[in-house]
Amino acid sequence: MSWFQKLMPSRIRTEGGKSRKVPDGLWTKCKACEAVLYRPELERALMVCPKCDHHMALTGRARLAAFLDEDGRIELGQNLRPTDPLRFRDTKRYRDRLIAAQKSTGETDAMVVMRGALMELPLTACAFDFKFMGGSMGSVVGERFMVGVNSALEHRQPLVCFASSGGARMQEGLFSLMQMAKTSAGLAKMAEAGLPFVSVLTHPTTGGVSASLGMLGDINVAEPNALIGFAGPRVIEQTVREQLPEGFQRSEFLLEKGAIDLIVDRRELRAKLHQLLSLLMGGRGDGRLREGPVESIDAAVEESPADGVD
Amino acid sequence: MTSNHLDFEQPIVELEAKLAELRNVGTSQELNLDEEIQRLEAKCAERIESVFSGLTDWQVSQMARHPERPYTLDYIPRVFDRFQELHGDRMFADDHAIVGGLAAIDGRACMVIGHQKGRDTKEKIHRNFGMPRPEGYRKAKRLMEMANRFGLPIFTFIDTPGAYPGVGAEERGQSEAIARNLLVMARLRVPIICTVIGEGGSGGALAIGVGDRTNMLQYSIYSVISPEGCASILYKSADKAEIAAGALGLTAEKLKAQGLIDSVIREPLGGAHRNPDEMAQRLKELLVSQLETLDRMTDSERLEARYDRLMQLGALERE
Repeated sequence: MSWFQKLMPSRIRTEGGKSRKVPDGLWTKCKACEAVLYRPELERALMVCPKCDHHMALTGRARLAAFLDEDGRIELGQNLRPTDPLRFRDTKRYRDRLIAAQKSTGETDAMVVMRGALMELPLTACAFDFKFMGGSMGSVVGERFMVGVNSALEHRQPLVCFASSGGARMQEGLFSLMQMAKTSAGLAKMAEAGLPFVSVLTHPTTGGVSASLGMLGDINVAEPNALIGFAGPRVIEQTVREQLPEGFQRSEFLLEKGAIDLIVDRRELRAKLHQLLSLLMGGRGDGRLREGPVESIDAAVEESPADGVD
Repeated sequence: MTSNHLDFEQPIVELEAKLAELRNVGTSQELNLDEEIQRLEAKCAERIESVFSGLTDWQVSQMARHPERPYTLDYIPRVFDRFQELHGDRMFADDHAIVGGLAAIDGRACMVIGHQKGRDTKEKIHRNFGMPRPEGYRKAKRLMEMANRFGLPIFTFIDTPGAYPGVGAEERGQSEAIARNLLVMARLRVPIICTVIGEGGSGGALAIGVGDRTNMLQYSIYSVISPEGCASILYKSADKAEIAAGALGLTAEKLKAQGLIDSVIREPLGGAHRNPDEMAQRLKELLVSQLETLDRMTDSERLEARYDRLMQLGALERE
C-alpha cells in the first residue's frame, strides 16, 4: 500500500486486492495533457504529472505527509469541531454540508496542522484541504491556524502554511470574516518574535485566505500555474466586462507583478523550503550554519536540488 | 425626493409630501390648518415608527445603502474639527474611495480614515462606488502608521460594498494590501475605534476594521459577502438576496447578540439620513467615551486586550 493510500481513511479506501485483480483508480488521466498515468507512480511523484508537470490537487493530510519528515509528527488542534452559529441554510443546511464533507474527506474541517521536522529542521506546518468545502476558512480553520502559530511561538520554530482555498466560509457569516483578522494578528506575533512564516500558495487560493495569511509570508512561494488572487476571475470578468488575458492571476503572473518570491515545483519543495528556512533561522546562535541533512525521500525526482542545500 | 427613497419608505414620503403641501397652503393663504398639520405630523411619525420597527434584514441592507445615507465626509465635519485630508499612498496613486487625514475630536488630535462613496453619478465614478483599490488600503496604512508614530488615536469609518475586483487591483496586489493592514492594525500601539456607518462589505471593510472597538450604526450591515453575492453562489440565483440577507446575520443587532461587535448606535427615527446632525452627535458621544476608556489603559494593556479579543473570535466546539 502506498503512503498516499495509507493516509486515506479506511471508509474511502479501495480494498481492491481481495475481490478484483485490477482495482478502480489504478489509472488516472491528467486533466492538463490527458496522459493516462499509473496511479502508484503518480503518487510517488506527489501527484505531479510526469508528462506535463501539471500539479494535481493534494489533500491537506497528504500534503503534510509528503512535506514533513516521517518521524516525530504530531497532529495539533484535532479536538476542534465546527458548529453552526447562524443555523445557516441555503439549498442545504450547513450542518448537513459539514457532515457530508466530513464523510467524504475523513477530516473534521478544512485544515490539518502538525508539528514535526523538515529534513531535521523542527517546524510547524498547516495545510488547507480544498476538498473540504472548497478549503473555506471558518472558525475551526482560523483556530487551527492559531494552534499552529502558538506551537511555532512556543517552540520557537518557523511556520509553513500550504494554502488552497476559495476564501472565507460564507455559512459562518461574520465569524468567518473575522478569521482573517485573527490569523493575521497571529502572524504579527510571529514577526515580533522573529520567527519566519513561509506561505506556500497552491491551486487555487483566492478571497479571504489570499487576503490574509496567504499573502503574509516573510516569503511567499507558489506552485506552478496556481490560480491566486483576491477576486475570482468570474467576478472580475463580470465587473470589467471583458475577457481576462491568458495566465491572469496564475503563479507566473504573480511573480511578474511582484506578489510572490518564487515558484517551486512540488517535487522540489522540501529541499527549497529547507534551504530558505535554514537560512532564515541562520541568524540565531553564533550565526554559523550547520551542515544540512541531505534530502532522501524524493529520489524519484531526477533533478533534485537537494545537494545544493545548506 | 423622486427616486431617492426605498419602496418601504413610500408611504412615509407620500405623507410628508402632503404635509409640505398643507404647510405651503397654510402660509400662503393664512388659513388655519394647524390642527390638520399637527394631525398629519403625528400620523407621519406613527407611520415611520411602524415601518421602522419591523424592518427585515433585507430592508436594513437597503437602508445601509440608502442613496441619501450620510457618508464619511458627511460625518467628519460634524464629529471632528480641524480636519485636513491627506492624500496618496506614496507608491502609486491617491485612491478616492478611501479618505483620511488629521483632525481633532473633543480637543484631542487624531487620525480619521474612512471609505467614501459618491452621491451623484459623477462623484460615484470618482469614488469608484466606495470600492478601494490596493493604493487606498496602502494610503490608510500609511496614515495609520503615521498616527502610531505621533501617538494619535485612530478612528475609522466603514462604508464599502467591498474591495474593487478589477484587473489593475489584482496586478497591484489587492490581497496583500488588505492582508497587510490586518497585520499592521493588530499591533499599532494607539487606540483604534472602528465604526460601520453603512455597508461593511467583507475583506474590503475589514481592511480598515481591526481595532479596540467595533461599532455599528443601527441600520448598517457587516458581512462576509453581500446578500447578492451569497445568493448567486449558494442559492444559485441573485434573486434570492432577500433570503440570503436573513441567513447571513448581517445586521448590527444580530452581530451584537453574537458578540462580534461592541456597540450599536441608535439611528434617528427613520434612519441617519433623516437627521444627520443628530446621528453625528450620537456617534461623537460614543467615540469620545470609548476613547476615554481606552486612554485609561497603557499601550501594552490595550494591545494585549486587542489581541485577546481577536483570538476569541470564532464559533467552535472542543472535544
